[in-house]
Amino acid sequence: MRSLKEAKIGEACKVVKLHGEGAVRRRIMDMGITKGTTVAIRKLAPLGDPIELTVRGYELSIRKSDAAMIEIE
Amino acid sequence: MQEIKIALAGNPNSGKTSLFNVLTGSNQFVGNWPGVTVEKKEGKARQRDGVVITDLPGIYSLSPYTLEEVVARNYLVEESPDVILNIVDGTNLERNLYLTTQLTELGIPVVVAINMMDVVRKNGDKINVQGLSKALGCPVVEISALKETGIDEALDTAVSVAARGKSIPMHAFSGEVEHALAHIEEAAIHDLSPEKQRWYAIKIFERDKKVLEALDIPEKTVAHIESDIRHVEEHFDDDAESVITNERYGLVARVLEGNYRKNRLGRMSVSEKIDTVVTNRFLALPIFAFIMFLVYYISVTTVGTFVTDFTNEGLFGEGFYIFGSFVPGIGVALGDMLASVGCAEWLTSLIVDGIVGGVGSVLGFVPQMLVLFLLLGFLEASGYMSRIAFMMDKIFRKFGLSGKSFIPMLVGSGCSVPGIMASRTIENESDRRMTIMTTHFIPCGAKLPVIAFIAASLFNNSALVAISAYFIGVGSVAVSGIMLKKTKMFASEPTPFVMELPAYHMPTVKNLLFSMWERGWSFIKKAGTVILLSSMVIWAGSTIGFVDGALAWSSEMSLEASLLGLLASLVSWVFAPLGFGSLEATVATLMGLLAKEEIVAVFGVLDFSGFTQISGYSFLVFNLLCAPCFAALGAIKREMNSTRWTAFAIAYQCAYAYCVALTVYQLGMLFTGNFGWHILGGAVAIAIISFMTYMLIRTPSDEVIRIREGRAKVTK
Repeated sequence: MRSLKEAKIGEACKVVKLHGEGAVRRRIMDMGITKGTTVAIRKLAPLGDPIELTVRGYELSIRKSDAAMIEIE
Repeated sequence: MQEIKIALAGNPNSGKTSLFNVLTGSNQFVGNWPGVTVEKKEGKARQRDGVVITDLPGIYSLSPYTLEEVVARNYLVEESPDVILNIVDGTNLERNLYLTTQLTELGIPVVVAINMMDVVRKNGDKINVQGLSKALGCPVVEISALKETGIDEALDTAVSVAARGKSIPMHAFSGEVEHALAHIEEAAIHDLSPEKQRWYAIKIFERDKKVLEALDIPEKTVAHIESDIRHVEEHFDDDAESVITNERYGLVARVLEGNYRKNRLGRMSVSEKIDTVVTNRFLALPIFAFIMFLVYYISVTTVGTFVTDFTNEGLFGEGFYIFGSFVPGIGVALGDMLASVGCAEWLTSLIVDGIVGGVGSVLGFVPQMLVLFLLLGFLEASGYMSRIAFMMDKIFRKFGLSGKSFIPMLVGSGCSVPGIMASRTIENESDRRMTIMTTHFIPCGAKLPVIAFIAASLFNNSALVAISAYFIGVGSVAVSGIMLKKTKMFASEPTPFVMELPAYHMPTVKNLLFSMWERGWSFIKKAGTVILLSSMVIWAGSTIGFVDGALAWSSEMSLEASLLGLLASLVSWVFAPLGFGSLEATVATLMGLLAKEEIVAVFGVLDFSGFTQISGYSFLVFNLLCAPCFAALGAIKREMNSTRWTAFAIAYQCAYAYCVALTVYQLGMLFTGNFGWHILGGAVAIAIISFMTYMLIRTPSDEVIRIREGRAKVTK
């Protein structure tokens, strides 16, 4: 499995599945990262974490540890 | 006429606060939702009588996981307002309408107000309002809260829809899901009124614990429903909660199809351009440091100090010059006035020295704070605050804090009270508590005179004293964070740092002033109550005392004879191991609880007689780290919203300060060749250092790890 954490900056990836459970997972989904959505990696924070993404036309930041839960194609 | 209740709901950054301000003007009441520290705002509509608007917290969803979301959904389900005015960011329709799909299934009439229409038009995006309205099954209006257009229409529509009463939600999900929902409605909740059934059916389907507990469905029915849910889960190869989320986003896509066309701009938007510079890998931190310096410089050093000095020394002090003529300060003027009407000496003293002096010393910080609030309001409203959290998260996470803890700490360098108040934006409860507890370690404005005084009288004005004070403050935040995070008390489930980075925009002056005043007023109220009371008590303690064996009052009461002095002599032995068991030092520490700069006032004439460099520094360390002033304690109490947690915070702060000061003093004495009982003291100091080191490096207990990594077993 390849996770969003491993994706490169500038890459656009399609979400296959969300792992994990509970509050974190629900929050990620509520923010629009769901199965089949395309997510683009914009940049890393100056200190290397978190990541900035473009999802459904807006900018979202998530930690790398949470990005590891998102399986991509 | 019956009152109409409108609930204002929407995503954070959708312009909800601006709309609320336009709708209600100054008719606002700010309070807390019962039992939690989530802010509740209510107001009467300006444009119409008999309309009450409740501003719900800004939320992305109605999940059962965050405090704000639970507060919002409890209000909507239990209080059932007459209509929901759902504000939607027109530049970010897809995610904003996700919440709309949840609001429309509550059985309460909904009016969707698409905000930021001015920006939408400027971008060249096309929104078909009639089409959207038909697809969503509720009225849709276009507004701009910033430009104040369409507001009346939105309000009129909400009022007329409210008159129509309950609405039965549409069925909009795919066949399999609708089938299961119909089964659930039939099996478990057919007794509920029809407009409420859909919301409950979906929550049961999602296995929402809070709703299941409230409904108390018989076990047999639960088992029956469970098989329906499993069937759908197998079909979609996903769990029920995800199935519903996917259905919702699918629904939003269908609603937008043909009704919305985004103008693909070939060039970058202004916001994107700003971000390529401001969160640039190399420039971000220097720019950030510069902005923080500017905020600090303007509010604390220049404008703030100028105005604060004026209020402290002029308004509440001796007096000031205006156009060359001398105007006496409030205290002086009041004293003269009271003397001229023949007021009793003790009453004059109570009013002038006690109340005006005490409250004034704290109110003097109000102008400085207002400047700070204004600047912070700007950072918040413009969208830069989220970028700060984005940049600082990695550092603060190491200390058990969040990227959002930076702001309380920064504000705390001016004054802990607004600093502690600024912790509200931190979602994770344990991170927030930690921030509330540790913010005052950062030396605030009132501690600066103390630092300066000690540096001047004992250290030959060495700048190292002030620098070390800041290092000790920051170090204490880090050390406390790491130590406490490993205890069971502060162990918490991982909270996602899933944060929107909203597009930058220029806030309006009106909204900035609103937010500045709201925070400022809440501080003034506190100064007016807590400080008033405590300054009266301290005034009484220092002017009433035993003279020749009898209780007497005198404005010139000596420190030794006063009640405050007596109290201090009873507890001063506690400070002996720290090197300052004298009466003055104890009184000064007690006075520091009123306001830290009062410490200097106690020593004002006495000078630091009896202090050595080591004991003086230990005294400074203790007073920097121990329980903050009453105003800050009040803020801690309010933000913790729990007596137990407040007591713990104060106890921790004092114990920590005591340990550090003791270590400083005893080891200092040993290193300078003073043995005797310092050998025992040094042993205690080493024990403290060993204990702290252990607390810092130990592996947390299995239970803590289990709580922290609530999801570890699943990701493997």
